Amino acid sequence: MIYLTRKSEFSASHYYHNPEWSKEENQRVFGKCANLNGHGHNYTLEVTVKGEIDPVTGFVVDLRQLKDILNREVVDAMDHRHLNKEVPEFATKNPTTENIAIAIWQRLDQKLKVAKLHRVRLYELPDLFVDFYGEE
Amino acid sequence: MKVYLTRRYLISASHRLHAPALSDEQNCAVYGKCNNPHGHGHNYAVEVTVSGRASAETGMVCNLMDLDAAVWEHVIERFDHQNLNETKEFAEIVPTTENLAEVVFDKLKQNFHSAHLEKVRIEETSMNSFEYAGGKAPQR
Repeated sequence: MIYLTRKSEFSASHYYHNPEWSKEENQRVFGKCANLNGHGHNYTLEVTVKGEIDPVTGFVVDLRQLKDILNREVVDAMDHRHLNKEVPEFATKNPTTENIAIAIWQRLDQKLKVAKLHRVRLYELPDLFVDFYGEE
Repeated sequence: MKVYLTRRYLISASHRLHAPALSDEQNCAVYGKCNNPHGHGHNYAVEVTVSGRASAETGMVCNLMDLDAAVWEHVIERFDHQNLNETKEFAEIVPTTENLAEVVFDKLKQNFHSAHLEKVRIEETSMNSFEYAGGKAPQR
């Protein structure tokens, strides 16, 4: 088994808000992230796929196909977007780093026919990241 | 669905690696430059990984304010800008980064309960890092 990791970046805005809660409760739990005008991050995404090396090509995955899927499913959908307002997964749930990593996994897992998804690692900041390995 | 969240913190501290059970010559042979009697220091990067389900209410595994507060109180305030050899945690053990990783893990295990503590990874320099997951193999 060999693991290949591809990195991509996207920049997006978001905020955290629970409509069931008062303004004060949102402020207490989410702090600065509760500002409804939003704020933004440069996200760094690392997608790791795994598989056996193809004896003919020497590849575990065709990198061009992987890049195309990443661009279409993630970068085109999220780069320079407002996650709460423009990405359907976050119409009713908060675009936390946790939920974005899960959403990216689900988007890729449906479309990635060329290799098996192993891990989605999403950095919101250089000192904060989330890993998701699918259902465990 | 279980997710793993990792947060990175910095502490700067000094230490000297010296085992009382060994002779001066043996200490010098084992620890080399790290045995310098005057000590030396590092900027340690401490990565704390916690896991759990993203809450339906918040979308979060745990509130980062809680994690930051626990790490601040039990790790950063204890060790930042300290000589590790002079702290009570290292009165009986050599302050290698292996031991520091175990000490930090154990402190957080006792004091942080908002999510499951998975592992502590410490970079001593950009060339060396150490991971401790409470005795089990860390998730990759």
